[in-house]
Amino acid sequence: MSEVETLEATQRAISRRAFIKRVIAAGAAVSSANYLFRGSFTGLAPRASAQGVERLISLKVNGMVRRVDVVKQETLAWTLRYKLGLTGTKLGCDRAECGNCTVLIDDVPHYSCSVLTHTVRDREVTTIEGLAGPGGRLHPVQQAFVDELGPQCGFCTPGQIMSTVALLKRNPNPTREEAAEALSGNLCRCGAYHYYLNSVMRAAEYMRG
Amino acid sequence: MAGNYKLIGRDFLPPDVYGKVTGQARYAEDFRAEGMLFAKLLVSPMPHGRVRRLDVSRAQRMDGVVAILTPDDVPQVQPGQEPILAREPMYIGEPIAAVAAVDEATAAAAVETIQLDLQLLPFVTDPLDSLRPGGPDANTAGNVYLQGVRRIKWTARDFAAAGDDKLPLGEPAVEWSYGDVEAGFQQAALVLDETFVTQAISHHSMEPRTAMAYWQNGKCYLHASLQSVANAVPGIASLLGIRQEDLVLISENTGGGFGSKAGGYPQLAIPALLSRKAGGRPVMMRVTRLEEFYFGRCRAGFQGRVRIGFRSDGRITALDLYIVQSNGPYSGFGDYTNAAGAVSLVYQPLSMRFRGVSVLTNTPPRSAQRGPGENQIAAAMEPILDKAARQLGIDRVAIRRINAPRHDGRVGADRGPITSSYLPEALDIGAEKFGWEEQKKLSGTRRGSKVTGVGVGMAYHSAGSNGFDGLVVIKPDGKVYIHSGEGNLGTFSYAGTARVVAEVLGVPWEQCEVVWGSTARHLPWTSVQAGSNTSFTMSRAKYAAAVDAKRKLQEIAALDMGGSPDDYEADGGRVFHREDTTRSITFARAASRAIELGGKYSGFELPGDLNPMTVRSAQAVAGTGLVGVARDNLERNGTVPAFGVGFVRVEVDVETGKVDVVDYVGVADCGTVIHPHNLGNQVCGGAVQGFGLALFEKHVYDPQIAWPAARRLYTSKPPTYLDVPLEMRWDAVNQPDPANPIGAKGVGEPLMGAAAAAVACAVADALGGRPFNRIPITPDMVLNAAENRPQSFRPLEVNV
Ligand code: FES
Ligand code: FES
Repeated sequence: MSEVETLEATQRAISRRAFIKRVIAAGAAVSSANYLFRGSFTGLAPRASAQGVERLISLKVNGMVRRVDVVKQETLAWTLRYKLGLTGTKLGCDRAECGNCTVLIDDVPHYSCSVLTHTVRDREVTTIEGLAGPGGRLHPVQQAFVDELGPQCGFCTPGQIMSTVALLKRNPNPTREEAAEALSGNLCRCGAYHYYLNSVMRAAEYMRG
Repeated sequence: MAGNYKLIGRDFLPPDVYGKVTGQARYAEDFRAEGMLFAKLLVSPMPHGRVRRLDVSRAQRMDGVVAILTPDDVPQVQPGQEPILAREPMYIGEPIAAVAAVDEATAAAAVETIQLDLQLLPFVTDPLDSLRPGGPDANTAGNVYLQGVRRIKWTARDFAAAGDDKLPLGEPAVEWSYGDVEAGFQQAALVLDETFVTQAISHHSMEPRTAMAYWQNGKCYLHASLQSVANAVPGIASLLGIRQEDLVLISENTGGGFGSKAGGYPQLAIPALLSRKAGGRPVMMRVTRLEEFYFGRCRAGFQGRVRIGFRSDGRITALDLYIVQSNGPYSGFGDYTNAAGAVSLVYQPLSMRFRGVSVLTNTPPRSAQRGPGENQIAAAMEPILDKAARQLGIDRVAIRRINAPRHDGRVGADRGPITSSYLPEALDIGAEKFGWEEQKKLSGTRRGSKVTGVGVGMAYHSAGSNGFDGLVVIKPDGKVYIHSGEGNLGTFSYAGTARVVAEVLGVPWEQCEVVWGSTARHLPWTSVQAGSNTSFTMSRAKYAAAVDAKRKLQEIAALDMGGSPDDYEADGGRVFHREDTTRSITFARAASRAIELGGKYSGFELPGDLNPMTVRSAQAVAGTGLVGVARDNLERNGTVPAFGVGFVRVEVDVETGKVDVVDYVGVADCGTVIHPHNLGNQVCGGAVQGFGLALFEKHVYDPQIAWPAARRLYTSKPPTYLDVPLEMRWDAVNQPDPANPIGAKGVGEPLMGAAAAAVACAVADALGGRPFNRIPITPDMVLNAAENRPQSFRPLEVNV
């Protein structure tokens, strides 16, 4: 069959219209428009202007009060990364699938990509940058992750550490199994789980003093 | 170098680990620049189409839109090459146009206004459909890739001869053989003929391939997510049509790559070209998880068939392998030929034939993925080996041992030599540590709904090349600066190999600084950080530079304190006379002397065989200290093989189909161990990915519209904490390879394949030993097998 014949055969089998219909039926649309944030850099897009009004709010982040302009639909991850310069909080999926963006809100771990900033106004937000002590002294959990060489690529590490800090706050003496359960919302594509669990167990020791 | 090391084989903390635990480590998306714009992409909604009309005029008129890029703005490519933006997109999600605007919402809104008229062209997701007479071609130029696009169609007779359940054996694109294969089959006591399928899976590195670029004084600054830095420069420079020296490539940390970010990929050019159009203004292109699925690369799937002849003692007399590979739309990757090479080495068949064809499909572009070809073939072959062992009444470790290569093993069609093989020792160590003799007694035992299975797997990848450069500078501050052009994708080998320099110079590690992460920091020409390469290849190059530096230290000492250079030794950060250690100078002093002496001592005269990139870097640091710089001209006689072995126990729930991996032991044959702690993390992490390959991850398509259904993390299911054993165990043979000055070989890749193979074997073992001949082995397959029902798809169906 020539190229043209093949083409015609295919188009007979599935017309463009039918193709589009099937795509719609499958609930599938291709758009790159997720991960969508409005920066505070300049003006507003005409289409989104109605929702794009920024309001100045106060946030408590890492023990400090920060005044910041946010829009209604702005996620905490975006505010942290793009408004407050706290880029230690990573975005791996922006859709509550990976845990790379984990931060603590009143000591409870949350996916900051899936929390709206204005909802945490009166709460205590802690990010990876907020753990180290004066003079950059590592938090015991961070020290444990260093000593056990937990990270590989490190992209998931801040999230793993935040989940560990939260775990040890509510359960200073976890079993390995409890640790795995507590961190199971933190994906690691490098597969460093064994070494992260070693880190958690050592962190528990350090925290007990 | 003698084996009495102060640093090699000892644990240390790589310099980047602190940044990783504090959040200070910067990845591409963590950089900001004044006036930064954001880019969004228009991607193809069709698996194969031709742009009839692309109207960006509305977008152009929008407030806040600064630059738009269309296929007209990028270089034309030959069929089979991947364009930066496609005029004839060949997979769903392929970028067609890009917009840079003052913020992301504006860029996305502008993308929505672009009028795109695409003419649907024939498309295909299953390679066999394309090979059928009159079957669709993924590319208008043809349906097969082999150094260019060509067309191969099989005959109706080929298909009829095979029936529905065996792979047809039509015309291949590649064919080789050695030995007398027919005679080999005649000598065999047992001949198996098995058809198998392995899946396509996405890399899904945690960091999507976000990039940020700007132009300043004619130079392009590109922050990118890459495994390799120095080695990626030529490719990216040519994408942008600029000289290598006009590209400043910054990649300090990369959130995983696994082969998908080995070198420059076309999409990296998008923010750079947008920025150029925007007068050099910085452009950040944040790649979403969905886009990472679309153009973030994936592993090629196989439809294969293997005939194997065994002697009664298990030795393989003949092996006839045919692989049809799903190539994606462009040049893809040679997984299928790698797989054949691996089989020819790991089992040392007395005779072998390989045939293969890599068929273009309208699915995401392929690239290497950790053990590309070697790992999926391990997961396919090893359960078949077990089937033979059972039929011949041989132990499953024994059948591997009798076929495994020794140092005189041979590889490939031309039966080339290898540098070392401790695969038999790795099997022994693993069997011992796992307690194979004890654990295998558990096979088939049932507790409640759970049945135990045990398995062993082996895998291989070549692990080293040569001919790259090393660059070290000893400065008047007394420190040794080790310039490292590898990337930093999480293996820490950029730092591990730098330890060789400290070892050669006898300088404490604390006195060394690894210089990495940006071409602005003057990097030597370096191997790709891929293909399990770095440990072998770059320890050699760094060794060469260190030896050069040491020679210069000795010469300076002799010049200043008399005697001949050989009278002097370096240790503890000093150079001293062997007989009279009071005649000594510090590294700091020697560095100052090198600057005074000039010439070769401080980098003003350079060896003639350096790569131009190294020359530029050495010239940039010339005069700052004692410069050690050299090309790795050491010998390498043969392929450097890395081997992994895995032992595993699984519990298979025959009521739910769920498989739990409960015990795992991984063993590496990686030559001399450089960094034990980190090697352990690689052995275990590789195994985790192997579990994903064997049990969870796959591409799924609706074949009627080529619609990908497993695009995100929650649908492609990489393993979580709850999918792996609570404790994992590992070991290494730790015997030196003769082709490396410290005896090191790489090993990243086979660690995954060994685990995948072991798991595939163990699941089959729990259910009586019949191989599934398909990965991943999903719960539905387990239930069907446990209840003796046919599977819900035909043996050759793919993407299901
Ligand atoms: S980025 Fe928030 S869960 Fe993945
Ligand atoms: S360390 Fe790479 S993703 Fe976890």
